[in-house]
Amino acid sequence: MTETRSMLLNVGPSHPAMHGVIRLIMEVDGEKIKGVDVEMGYLHRAFEKMCETMMYAQCFPYTDRLNYVSPLINNVGFALSVEKLLGIDIPVRAQYIRVIMSEISRVTDHLTCIGATAMEMGALSVFLYMMKAREYLYELIEEITGARLTVSYVRIGGVKADLTQGFADKALQKIAQVRRVLVETDDLLTRNRIFFDRMKGVGKISAQDAISYGITGPFLRSTGVSYDVRRAQPYLIYDRLDFEIPTGTQGDNLDRYFVRMAEMEQSLRMVEQCLAQIPQGDVNGDLTGCVIPAAQMVDRAKMGQTEEFIEDEVTTDPTLQGSTRKYYNAINAPKKDVVLPAKEDTYGNIEGLMNHFKLVMYGHGIRPPVGEVYFPVEGANGELGFYIVSDGSDQPWRVRVHPPCFPIMAALPKCLVGGMMADLIPTFGSVNMIAGELDR
Amino acid sequence: MNFFTSKVNDALGWARKYSIFQYPFVTACCGMEYMATNAAHYDQDRFGAGFPRFSPRQSDVLFVVGTISQKMAPVLKTVYDQMCEPKWVVAFGVCTCTGGFYDNYATVMGIDTIIPVDIYIPGCPPRPENVIDGLIKLQEKIRKGEQARTLYAPSGHK
Amino acid sequence: MTLLQTVQEQFPQDIIETHDFRGDETLIIRASALRAVAEFLKEMPRMDFNFLMDLTAVDYLSFAGGRLPKEGRFEVVYHFFSLKHNHRIRIKVPVDDKNPEVDSLCDLWASANWYEREVWDMFGIRFRGHPNLKRILMYEEFQGHALRKDYPVNKRQPLIGPQTHD
Repeated sequence: MTETRSMLLNVGPSHPAMHGVIRLIMEVDGEKIKGVDVEMGYLHRAFEKMCETMMYAQCFPYTDRLNYVSPLINNVGFALSVEKLLGIDIPVRAQYIRVIMSEISRVTDHLTCIGATAMEMGALSVFLYMMKAREYLYELIEEITGARLTVSYVRIGGVKADLTQGFADKALQKIAQVRRVLVETDDLLTRNRIFFDRMKGVGKISAQDAISYGITGPFLRSTGVSYDVRRAQPYLIYDRLDFEIPTGTQGDNLDRYFVRMAEMEQSLRMVEQCLAQIPQGDVNGDLTGCVIPAAQMVDRAKMGQTEEFIEDEVTTDPTLQGSTRKYYNAINAPKKDVVLPAKEDTYGNIEGLMNHFKLVMYGHGIRPPVGEVYFPVEGANGELGFYIVSDGSDQPWRVRVHPPCFPIMAALPKCLVGGMMADLIPTFGSVNMIAGELDR
Repeated sequence: MNFFTSKVNDALGWARKYSIFQYPFVTACCGMEYMATNAAHYDQDRFGAGFPRFSPRQSDVLFVVGTISQKMAPVLKTVYDQMCEPKWVVAFGVCTCTGGFYDNYATVMGIDTIIPVDIYIPGCPPRPENVIDGLIKLQEKIRKGEQARTLYAPSGHK
Repeated sequence: MTLLQTVQEQFPQDIIETHDFRGDETLIIRASALRAVAEFLKEMPRMDFNFLMDLTAVDYLSFAGGRLPKEGRFEVVYHFFSLKHNHRIRIKVPVDDKNPEVDSLCDLWASANWYEREVWDMFGIRFRGHPNLKRILMYEEFQGHALRKDYPVNKRQPLIGPQTHD
């Protein structure tokens, strides 16, 4: 007399799908999945607790490492929440720069997602092509911000430094190269019999279930619900840009792939429009006097030779050392209690130095009013919201991140149960779980 | 006799250093730079290290990539114990070297408190050039046949 | 009528405070009225809040040095969003620390399940009627609740490895 029982199988926490650490405890009967339990928390790095011990400006490096494939979107989200709490507006050029960097980050996120998913199904060349396209974008990001991955580029009240000379041409060239890679990927995957069969009808979720689980982003848009935070509650200058919101119909893996490919094209279009529309920076004052490196200015000041400093213009590396007077007004809000002064003022006169001091030392710093705000931005996986409670001091009382992939992972059992073991891999890949964001 | 065994050792070292089978224990942001080093732009395959084996039984270098939290630490120890000799460990990224700036209740301040580490690649995340530099240093260590055996006390943060 | 006025009209005695700081409409209600208000927000066609966007808690122990006392030590914060009308609302429920317990909203919105587990893990607030209230971010052997203000940030409870010296 034979008796059949289902088997308990452990997938993870350390497993080849290079998405991060998560543990799926699956109950399988042969190849069919009967039950899934998701266990997370393997990358819990206490982001929220650390932010309570830091000043507002010191939280930016922690926000980079939340969704580490699109770090600029997290930076922008946090900065916008604090700016809403303070009630300040930033100059238009800085808003355009933030949008350009956000959209480039969104493209790198979708490239990584599709590349990793395709690699796990055996299409290794697609992964290499996507990484090549990502390298082009990393070169762009590195030129502006100074780092490839963990950038900390955005500041409260503006951005760290202006775009470099000749950025627009370089960006358009790289965008054309990325578009070519997307066309190659499309040729390789979209009408590929194996890819199609493995992704179609797999990992389905209905629109009603998705809404009940609180899912947003490409996952929700693939079920047919057209909700995008950039359209519903436009922030920065998204209301001046012309873009479409791609939606799917079935809510399965193939639709999520199509939605992400279409979103990448829309993001590249948005970057081109921004580069065409961006207003020129203000040039503040006359450029008489010589131009000297900032370090030299400090050295001469230490020796007491400060006579010409009123007119001097200082050069700093635009990606490393902060803003000079020439670009200051274009990228920073005109609020002395929030943004650091221009480098000529910091090194050249005592008022600038005191301003810098009051913003940087412990016990001083940015002091928002007592209150709380919630600000949603459109992250690559969905609605990324920051809920910040302030008690009037220089450290936030509570920072809460609403991670877009948290509800998606809660809904993962619903997508998987009833399918086969092999369907786990493409479904999990198309979920685009980023452990840094999920576990914070 | 010693001449022959030392020649054989040299040959073994040379063979081992150009055929590295790594187990990428990827957790966090450093994984993105690991993927970039593995891809076509900064190729790892030219050093013989381009083929990750996703099982600890079949690999000889454990690349610990990304922050290790307290919840993950027993898993790391289990994976390390499952590997066969000779084995080496690379601590990739500053979170694995010393804990990085995550000095809180949830992270392990340096994996060398749990498993012995051979090569430390600092950086947050390290550039692919740094990774290749670390890989070349690892190859030198493999050629000589040296392995780390000591654990260290946790790095002090007050 | 604004959203706040609609809810105030329906539940006049359960609302402790409302405010509109920076345009975010917020209501602070009593814990006993939570389920009724949640059902009203979900079912009423004018409100139609079909997304429970976020569920979290805040610990107000010694908030602002004690100058601004709050109703209870904790406040459970709910963010709702309506897809059809494109409006948002925030509901806050004060909870004291002698018996931190609130009703669960798992049967109304499926997203509440994991969010409530996280609040239990990080703050120690129980949810009546939750099917599976166990830790989600930390491991089961962890003692204490990490995001409370009286839990020090670097008090480690390692599973393996040496005990740290603080």
